[in-house]
Amino acid sequence: MPDRLPDRATIRAEADRLYAALTETGAQPVEAEILLPAGALLDLYGEDIRARAYVTQDPIRGEMMLRPDFTVPVVQMHMAHGAEPARYCYRGEVFRKQDHIGARASEYLQVGYEVFAREDPATADAEAFALFHRLLAPLNLRPATGDMGILLAAVGGLNTTGRRKAALLRHVWRPARFRALLDRFAGRTALPPARLRLLDRLRSASPEALMQAAGPFIGLRTPEEVAARARSLIEDSAAPPVSHREAALLDDLLAVSGAAPEALARLQDIAASLPSIAPAVGRFSDRLSALAALGIDTAALPFQASHGRSTLEYYDGFVFSFHADRPGWPPVASGGRYDALTAVLGQGRSIPAVGGVIRPGLVAALRAAP
Amino acid sequence: MTLKIGVPSKGRLMDKTFAWFGARGLTMRQSGSEREYSGSIGGLDGAELVLLSASEIPRELSAGRIHLGVTGSDLVRDRLADWDMQVAELARMGFGQADLIIAVPAAWIDVDTLDDLDAVAAAFRAVHGHRLRIATKYHRLVRDFLAGQGVADYQLVDSLGATEGTVKNLTAEAIADITSTGETLRANHLKTLSDGLVHRSEATLYAARAADWTPAARAALTDLARRTGLALPALP
Repeated sequence: MPDRLPDRATIRAEADRLYAALTETGAQPVEAEILLPAGALLDLYGEDIRARAYVTQDPIRGEMMLRPDFTVPVVQMHMAHGAEPARYCYRGEVFRKQDHIGARASEYLQVGYEVFAREDPATADAEAFALFHRLLAPLNLRPATGDMGILLAAVGGLNTTGRRKAALLRHVWRPARFRALLDRFAGRTALPPARLRLLDRLRSASPEALMQAAGPFIGLRTPEEVAARARSLIEDSAAPPVSHREAALLDDLLAVSGAAPEALARLQDIAASLPSIAPAVGRFSDRLSALAALGIDTAALPFQASHGRSTLEYYDGFVFSFHADRPGWPPVASGGRYDALTAVLGQGRSIPAVGGVIRPGLVAALRAAP
Repeated sequence: MTLKIGVPSKGRLMDKTFAWFGARGLTMRQSGSEREYSGSIGGLDGAELVLLSASEIPRELSAGRIHLGVTGSDLVRDRLADWDMQVAELARMGFGQADLIIAVPAAWIDVDTLDDLDAVAAAFRAVHGHRLRIATKYHRLVRDFLAGQGVADYQLVDSLGATEGTVKNLTAEAIADITSTGETLRANHLKTLSDGLVHRSEATLYAARAADWTPAARAALTDLARRTGLALPALP
């Protein structure tokens, strides 16, 4: 982070300027409450934001939190009474506890833009990226892009049990854990001794008998749940490993990094052997065409297949960010596609959506000292 | 300005702290009655004892209101963000050992490791509609540990006492708590995960980086370090 950000009035003016530019595109200005109900919302965020939200107790409304992000309340608002398609813009403070001394701000402004559109996701992706690109152009930022959809499709298409795929999908956001699971499922690392011992014990008697011997049953998790997992562990130990070929393809995919056209060619190669990613790679290709049509120099646009893996857990397609050349800074802007989140919040309905946020504090700092 | 040393104000921690310094030729003495929370150190000029609850000592060190303090390493590492930037560890004192561990119901015969806990957390959330709750008073230590191990889909719930009872009372599915013998865990039908050791705690002598290190305080610390055979920490 910068040693010193410009004063609040300067940052506020920068936020106003960016916000005005967004409203000029015809986006509908929206507001979100600062004090949000905690329970349901917190559950949608990944571990990172969840641990960092300021949660407080309201005597009437119960557990509440200070807004840690705009996307979720904006999606909620849209799913409750938004017309389609819709383009929204907003600005305001977000709050995130910081657990390290002197590091990042725990209260800062965000200015954001979200598109909800059923037709032509490639164009909506390109529109969001190009808009941010245009607004930030004078700052000479380094863009970074990726596509969570390709990795998610690759895992979904693995030739293995549903349970293993679900475990990998859950940990796409935690690269080290994902790697450990993949290596184990592919038989590249041996089962840990603790698991071997556990399997031996589980094979020695029925789950019911083992539970009986372990003493009184306590807690909300039921004996049926315990027995079901005990049986599934034995079942899983008999499942054949993920083939070395598929695991190697996944490694290749994760290593794809370079200028967008080369990355696309590489992914098309991989898709020939891993057909499950073909539709997602097709969307990447369409997006590049849409970006080029909006004047983005796609030949030089960086793409990394693993970009976005350690950010917000609700992104499931295109992801992007813009970085300043200052050590220790967070991205000046970031965003992505989050189709699945709208389904979670839409109670049966869903709509493809993409958007992102800019941090006017960082923009103002760069403008003050380029 | 005298060198202020914060020590636990009662119980075995206080007795053992006094004994530790005593064995090094420094006699700590509570002044006046047993109810008075101050004291002196025989043989060390310019030093004063401040008797505090062990749980307050991390905060007092952080604020620099005491120069030195004796408390459990679990409390310092849990209560202080970037603890090693705020305090310097002078000596592990060899008493007050206790392990911060993660425990689950003994009847969870399908769970032995963090890996199992993580898988159970995912399934639990799908069945019960909320995240698996881990009751603890050590939020920072437990969160950092679980994040490092790639465990997801849990939530920490605050428990200020009788943590071992929370599972039976249905206010948590697992616990993270201090144990020395495991007796209380067994009595409450819980078992420790085989790789669930979060932190091995021990009474530790710390120096506060934010304290006012006047020449007099520094001189007293130098004297204390010489007599106890401790290395002097780098202080501002």
